[in-house]
Amino acid sequence: MCGIAGLFAKTPAFEAALGDHLAGMIDQLVDRGPDSAGVAIYGDPVPEGSAKVSVLDPAGPRDWLAVADALSLLGSAEVMRALGDQAVLVVAADPEHVRAWLAEHEPGLVLLSAGRSIETFKRAGLAVGPGGLIDACGLRGMSGGHAIAHTRMATESRVTTEHSHPFSTGPDLCLVHNGSLSNHNRLRRTLRQRGVSFATDNDSEVAAGYLTWRFREGDDLDAALAAAERDLDGFFTFAIGTHDGFAVVRDPIGCKPAVLAETDDWVAMASEFRAIATLPGAEHAEIWEPEPGRIYRWFREPAIVL
Amino acid sequence: MTLVHTTPLQQPATPVGTGDGTAFDLTMTTVRELNRALRAATSGSFTVRNPAGRHNLAVGLDAPLEVTIDGHAGYYCAGMNQLATVTVTGNTAVGVAENMMSGRVEILGAAGQAAAATAHGGLLVVRGNAAARCGISLKGADIVVEGNVGHATGFLSQKGRILVCGDAGEVLGDSLYETRIYVRGSVASLGADCIEKPVRAEHLAEIQELLDAAGTEGVSAGEFRRYGSARALYHFTADRIEAK
Repeated sequence: MCGIAGLFAKTPAFEAALGDHLAGMIDQLVDRGPDSAGVAIYGDPVPEGSAKVSVLDPAGPRDWLAVADALSLLGSAEVMRALGDQAVLVVAADPEHVRAWLAEHEPGLVLLSAGRSIETFKRAGLAVGPGGLIDACGLRGMSGGHAIAHTRMATESRVTTEHSHPFSTGPDLCLVHNGSLSNHNRLRRTLRQRGVSFATDNDSEVAAGYLTWRFREGDDLDAALAAAERDLDGFFTFAIGTHDGFAVVRDPIGCKPAVLAETDDWVAMASEFRAIATLPGAEHAEIWEPEPGRIYRWFREPAIVL
Repeated sequence: MTLVHTTPLQQPATPVGTGDGTAFDLTMTTVRELNRALRAATSGSFTVRNPAGRHNLAVGLDAPLEVTIDGHAGYYCAGMNQLATVTVTGNTAVGVAENMMSGRVEILGAAGQAAAATAHGGLLVVRGNAAARCGISLKGADIVVEGNVGHATGFLSQKGRILVCGDAGEVLGDSLYETRIYVRGSVASLGADCIEKPVRAEHLAEIQELLDAAGTEGVSAGEFRRYGSARALYHFTADRIEAK
């Protein structure tokens, strides 16, 4: 099953409370995905030339100050958030350099995302309650321009934090997936030959890797998603976080659910309306079901629907 | 109008009887309590407030109740309905009125996928759009959609009637049996074995009957086109034995 959500703020007041609103949505999607959860939230961009990286140590809590110290070889590095086994680090260096340095010097770490504004948090287990993702990362206190979230009900591959969504697809890009892909093993082999690396055997990570590859080949988001519709075999609703907004696309026969809603204050996407019903003004929102195979996108301003 | 407060979980069904004007507030009442109370009722009108997209609202009713859901409903709203009239003022999600046997379900907003799936009888009215697979495997109910319908509407439908005042998506009526489909707007494509058929006097009368039943106004029966089965798929024919 799985639950996915996307939320996009249209006012400064809503931006300030984005994390709290997103937490309310996740709370309603836990039934669809009790195994693990994750969020990618976009805010507080670092200056050009710097990188905000979210990292996970699957082995457990880590001394992140020490990691930042080592990273400062690349440029001044600091710990923006330290959450035990996860952290957000800000490094005055190119995100790709940080990625390469981590791969060489910290091969045990999983890079959850890199970019200028994205922050990614994941956690195995229920998203709500003590020790759940929402409390563990302090989501309710976070602000941001937009965010995507996922609650996982595993249908293939293990239930671990690194198997949780969102999956990074490039600088400030990530993906959450509801559905299942049937050609992911073959596609993973092909993509590895083309230089895309994978941290898990998860099918959704292959979708993320596929988009990463298309972006590297020069595709824009529309072209990459159109290619994904062609090459990914299976059922999916994807929500894709970008530096300036989010996109939603469903497989051509619309197997997996999605609801979109918009008010003057926000745009929201969720697997089910009950997650949207938690948002202020939801009762007066414009609400519709996205058409299969069509790409819906929101950017910072003006709102654009393709 | 009285407001029913019930304690969540394991309480006996509220003995509503003929509860005219009874309102249930789903911020205070569980869905299970609501359904239990509605199923215990034999007549009367009821309002459900703050549905907030919850699933399985007003499911399995079997009496001539009037139920108004004031807001948006989630999955399988008014499923298996018999005799009752259920009105949803907002939208519904997957499978509204699925397997309805009789009665009437009316959605003032839009309906999600598989509206009235496998429904045997009764009438589903959707004032907005209905998403994909509307009337999938329909077994005798009537469906009137004032807006558009999504792809694979009427897929494998066997009996009953589907009337669409707007446009129809891809593969309309794919592999259908004897459901009759009327569409006023455009049809993106027809499914396997679904063909357009001439609209004769009895069909005009049937279209008008459906419009009247739904209370749909401003639409003329003469504006619809008729689609049905070519009956080439579901009859076994000996001369196809050789064909692969």
